[in-house]
Amino acid sequence: MSTPTPPLPRWADLILLPIINLFAAFFICGLIVLAIGENPIEALGVMIKGAFVYSGGLGYTLFYTTNYIFTGLAVALAFHCMMFNIGGEGQALIGGLGAALASFGLGVYLPAPLAIPLAVLGAFIAGGIWGVIPGYLQAKRGSHIVITTIMFNFLAASLMVYLLAGPMLEAGQQSPQTARLAESTLLPKMADMLRPLGINITSSPLNASFLIALGAMAVFYVLVWHTRLGFNIRSVGQNQEAAHYAGINVARTIIITMAISGGFAGLLATNEILGFNHKVVLNFTAGYGFTGIAVALMGRNHPIGIFLAALLFGALTQGGGELDFEFQSITREMVLLIQGMIILFSGALAYMFNPPLARMIAKFVAPKDPANG
Amino acid sequence: MKKVLTTVLAGAFTAVSSFAVAESHGDFKPAVIYDMGGKFDKSFNEGVYAGIKKFQDETGVEVMEFEVTNEAQRQQAMEKMVQRGATVVLGVGFAQADAISAVAAANPDVNFSIIDVSWLDHPNLRQYAFKEEEGSYLVGVAAAMASETGTVGFVGGMDIPLIRAFACGYEQGVKATKDDAKVLQNMTGTTPAAWNDPTKGSELTQAQIDRGADVVFQAAGGTGVGVIQAAADAGKLAIGVDSNQNYMAPGNVLTSMLKRVDVAAYETMKDAMSGDFETGVRLLGVAEGGVGWALDEYNADLITPEMKSAIDQAAAKITAGEIKVHDYRSDNTCKM
Repeated sequence: MSTPTPPLPRWADLILLPIINLFAAFFICGLIVLAIGENPIEALGVMIKGAFVYSGGLGYTLFYTTNYIFTGLAVALAFHCMMFNIGGEGQALIGGLGAALASFGLGVYLPAPLAIPLAVLGAFIAGGIWGVIPGYLQAKRGSHIVITTIMFNFLAASLMVYLLAGPMLEAGQQSPQTARLAESTLLPKMADMLRPLGINITSSPLNASFLIALGAMAVFYVLVWHTRLGFNIRSVGQNQEAAHYAGINVARTIIITMAISGGFAGLLATNEILGFNHKVVLNFTAGYGFTGIAVALMGRNHPIGIFLAALLFGALTQGGGELDFEFQSITREMVLLIQGMIILFSGALAYMFNPPLARMIAKFVAPKDPANG
Repeated sequence: MKKVLTTVLAGAFTAVSSFAVAESHGDFKPAVIYDMGGKFDKSFNEGVYAGIKKFQDETGVEVMEFEVTNEAQRQQAMEKMVQRGATVVLGVGFAQADAISAVAAANPDVNFSIIDVSWLDHPNLRQYAFKEEEGSYLVGVAAAMASETGTVGFVGGMDIPLIRAFACGYEQGVKATKDDAKVLQNMTGTTPAAWNDPTKGSELTQAQIDRGADVVFQAAGGTGVGVIQAAADAGKLAIGVDSNQNYMAPGNVLTSMLKRVDVAAYETMKDAMSGDFETGVRLLGVAEGGVGWALDEYNADLITPEMKSAIDQAAAKITAGEIKVHDYRSDNTCKM
């Protein structure tokens, strides 16, 4: 007879388990690095240095982190409502379109303090629209959200190619991209913002959008746990029938959730478009929408967890690039493998170490419990 | 274990030897930034790699390399190459135009070169642009003559102006040779995944073959591998692109439209090394030998003497300016 697994203490579940998973992933990666003939300790050192220590490295890490926070929040909010939003990629793309339209349409006439919020709002609304349509189809028509959001990714990609290779193509060159956005809607670089305060950091793509991401985390927290809508979202997520019985409008809640979820993903455009590229380029989403699923999973759908997971993935993206630089034998495919390994261990196999760990802790914390003795 | 050890030793040896080489050439440090396709895409990036490799083999100079995976990395990679003391940085593909423009402006002492760009303006930047439409025209002539059904196909990668220019030049070549010929056209997709989707490439090719096409030209990066495979499986003809792909299915690749990015890469490195680095735009068409068609032992039996003379004649007329191949990118339409 097998002994029932004792429950894992909360602190171990939230802190110890993720760390063990991470170490397991790094260990396997270390073996692979060893097998191709490089020193894994040295490789790890290069990665950490590249992500945090190297001049400008931290800026790049936080720049990528910003992207992952937005898409992680988008996926997590939908998760709370038991909706699987795989459309972050498309919603972010359309968010870029929204930011660009706001910038070209209104930004030209307004000063920065007015124009920036409008452009950010444009990204949020456009992303929200791309999220709300699958939400509506799910809530009112029963079309499965996974299918529709995936299809909406392709629709968004096709629409953007049509616009960027046609009506919105910048004249005089052949790269599918728009002209530069209105200056007043561009987000300032973090390095430029901190300089007047006497803090000098190396210039990097890190920009004010990072602050928007932190704000979005706070909004997410208040929304989910301290508002009536948040309660409705979680109720629908736990049990649709019970929520309906309690008088919650399930369809409406799903639609609103998907609108806000899409909006969060759309905000990615504030970082990539308003903060860095300064024009809409093709494929600026580069898979962040999909990685957002892993970020939300790893972050347990909580803003703090999402921040930490986003930071990890940001560091992996930046540090991984550094690896590629430092070692000729470690190609970008290797870096992808390492990232995949971490997703595998902390996402798919997240609970592999749960039972043994729980048993060990139970033994260690309470070696002899007289009550159960 | 023994194998691991051998790899480690081999790796260590390479590291040591390259270090020694880099040392002996003092302050000349070249760098190349491949784009998202990756340096082994059997096509565009690999063409550049071929040029780089030739340069490395001839001179023994180590070229620093990087393959980008997202938008932000392009500029970062270039900046990092400069920080590491690169004296010449080669960018691959128009997607790197903005990044190289910013980095070139910030580092006037470093030489830069970029392929597939012609619209920038920096005193330390050399730009290579190719007249893809002319090379495509030539293989269009070959396709029209090789086709027995009178229907030929085109499979593009991602639907962007550059690829439409390939399609447009090809169509002009076909129609000029056989004005009642039909040209079927398909793009693989609208995301960068379209550059590396051989399965979809085969499906599209199969569909075109079902609709009567017996020669299919591809300009689709890694996707093209599937196009060539599908054409070979069906016993039809494919036309390769960028690099010479005749060897990939001997007897079933009619020819390849060559875009000599390898020459551009080699020339950049060679000129930078000799200190004779002229900047500005280099527009390479048929006349300059920048684009052309491939004839080697793998397709010698497929190209009849009439075909060869027709293609050579078309090339001569393009060189002389008698044939003007319309560039889709000039007005975003394909005029016949």
